[in-house]
Amino acid sequence: MTTKLLIGLDGQSSGDRALSFAENLAKLIGTAELLVVYVIEWSPYSFQTPEENAERHKRREEEISTAMERVVTPALARLEAAGIKAQGMVRHGNVADSLDSIAAKQNASQIIVGRSTETGLSKRIFGSSTANLVMGANVPVTVVN
Amino acid sequence: MNIMQKTALTLAAFSASAAPALAQEAGSLDARVNEAFAAFTGPFVNLIFAPFPGTSFPWIVMWLVVAATVFTLYFGFVQFRFFSHAIALVKGDYSDPNDAGEVSHFQALATALSGTVGLGNIAGVAVAVGIGGPGATFWMILAGLLGMASKFTECTLGVKYRNEYPDGTVSGGPMYYISKGFSELGLPGGKFLAVLFSIFCILGAFGGGNMFQANQAHAQIAGIVGDYPGWITGIIFAAIVFAVIVGGIKSIANVTEKIVPFMGILYVGAALVILVVNYDKIGWAFGQIFEGAFSGLGVAGGLVGALIQGFKRAAFSNEAGVGSAAIAHSAVRTKEPITEGFVSLLEPLIDTVVICTMTALVITISQQLIVDPDTGRFVLNEAGTAIATVDGNTGVALTSAAFASGISWFPYVLAVAVILFAFSTMISWSYYGLKAWTYLFGEGKTSELTFKLIFCVFIVIGAAASLGPVIDFSDAAIFAMAVVNIFALYFLMRIVRKELNSYASRLKSGAIAKFN
Repeated sequence: MTTKLLIGLDGQSSGDRALSFAENLAKLIGTAELLVVYVIEWSPYSFQTPEENAERHKRREEEISTAMERVVTPALARLEAAGIKAQGMVRHGNVADSLDSIAAKQNASQIIVGRSTETGLSKRIFGSSTANLVMGANVPVTVVN
Repeated sequence: MNIMQKTALTLAAFSASAAPALAQEAGSLDARVNEAFAAFTGPFVNLIFAPFPGTSFPWIVMWLVVAATVFTLYFGFVQFRFFSHAIALVKGDYSDPNDAGEVSHFQALATALSGTVGLGNIAGVAVAVGIGGPGATFWMILAGLLGMASKFTECTLGVKYRNEYPDGTVSGGPMYYISKGFSELGLPGGKFLAVLFSIFCILGAFGGGNMFQANQAHAQIAGIVGDYPGWITGIIFAAIVFAVIVGGIKSIANVTEKIVPFMGILYVGAALVILVVNYDKIGWAFGQIFEGAFSGLGVAGGLVGALIQGFKRAAFSNEAGVGSAAIAHSAVRTKEPITEGFVSLLEPLIDTVVICTMTALVITISQQLIVDPDTGRFVLNEAGTAIATVDGNTGVALTSAAFASGISWFPYVLAVAVILFAFSTMISWSYYGLKAWTYLFGEGKTSELTFKLIFCVFIVIGAAASLGPVIDFSDAAIFAMAVVNIFALYFLMRIVRKELNSYASRLKSGAIAKFN
């Protein structure tokens, strides 16, 4: 059975470092498979105008393809070049909850993320996605600085 | 509060310095707008509110209540049977995680609510209670509970027959389900009814969704800073709405959409505080509501007067059977259209049964309505058309005075709430009206811009005209939508029942289960 590693990317440099770390880890393990995930922060309980609702499906498709194109596909290309088996996905939702539930569903043995880049008030109130993930995840989490 | 007082003083100083001559001229401009408007809309209003021969009971009120009752019975009290399921749907228990990022049931409900919760709940209830007495509240609650079934019917159809375009956007509403549903059933006249509905929807967007809002927002501001010509408020409002709907300045709309729900919670919270403080009077207030519902307690028109007012304001406030909500709800992403029907039935409950009742209780408890101490019956005003109030207030001013008797500074908060509610309702209705407009005239930049410009002009007219003609026209236009919509719903309701039976059996068998 191959070991599955989930990498959470955020499109920032810390995500790149997480990717490098995972790449090395995968090489050491030998038979590892990587799952590259980008989560678009989104809440089903936010408030929108009727017009935003009418266009939501279109916007969602656009958001997914942009994230695929800019973050996930380059990461997959890099892993492929290094000879590592990998697949990518883009999801909407709460970052920490989504990473944890995907890891559970895909039987990933650990989650690798970069250190959070959030700053300011929202971090003080809600904590960072990374901290929330470390606190709540059901599999081991590696945070790369 | 300091800032508000300063703003008030500045505005007052501005209107005082603007020379009495100008004020007089402006006053007569308002009067002219008012006169012309009343004359122009009179026949339409009279037709919609025509009473049954030999009575004073308008046929349109009966039309709405009979429909809500028919739907309630036809769907076997769906509003009670599926109430807890509706809550579970809103919570997202049945939402596929793979659809995350699409419009959720909660969002569709919240958007539709921000279009309906507003002045109807604050000013409309004051009008109902001011004319029909506390008894009107009883009929309002009853209409709200029955209206849940109407909402369920129209919103299910709204999702089922919406148009989905290749670019991923959607358009839905009665004009779509009437034309598609009728042709599916092989019935003639669907297209004609859809066009008729669209015309009334555009009028409704200009009336209740626009002029009434502008009018009451102006009344609210004038109540705080002192009287000044309505067209000034109208132009300011029109400019902001123009910036949003034409200029595409989404940030204003976004901010409003986010503040409005909190304003709603604040409003209910304040009402609860007043009720808790006066807890000893709550029993008495409900006594007044029940007694008034069946005796009228001396209001104009007696029992029937209370009933008409209650039903009218409930329909105006929650829009059940009108068809507007079907436009708002149709954007949700779901494989089961009926789930949106379940969710939408919460709307009249929140809007009418909870929020409107709060307003009515606060007005009753505050004792703003003058009662003859000897007979216990209400004293009518000089014209004999409404109950006399302590300061002669009507509409939103009455609600404001009632809240002020409990929380002295609340009128300032209420003023902000009214302005924001008015604004968000205008934005919602500009969308409903636009959807009807593009159904008639096709989608395209010029056609859309034409509608939006006319919409802005009506804001100015609404703010300048006086309450009477505006409220009559607003009601008439919105009820005219209900005439067409409900007529069509009687033919289409069997489609909804088929959906309901299929869904209920799959829910029972476990084919539809919660996601975890």
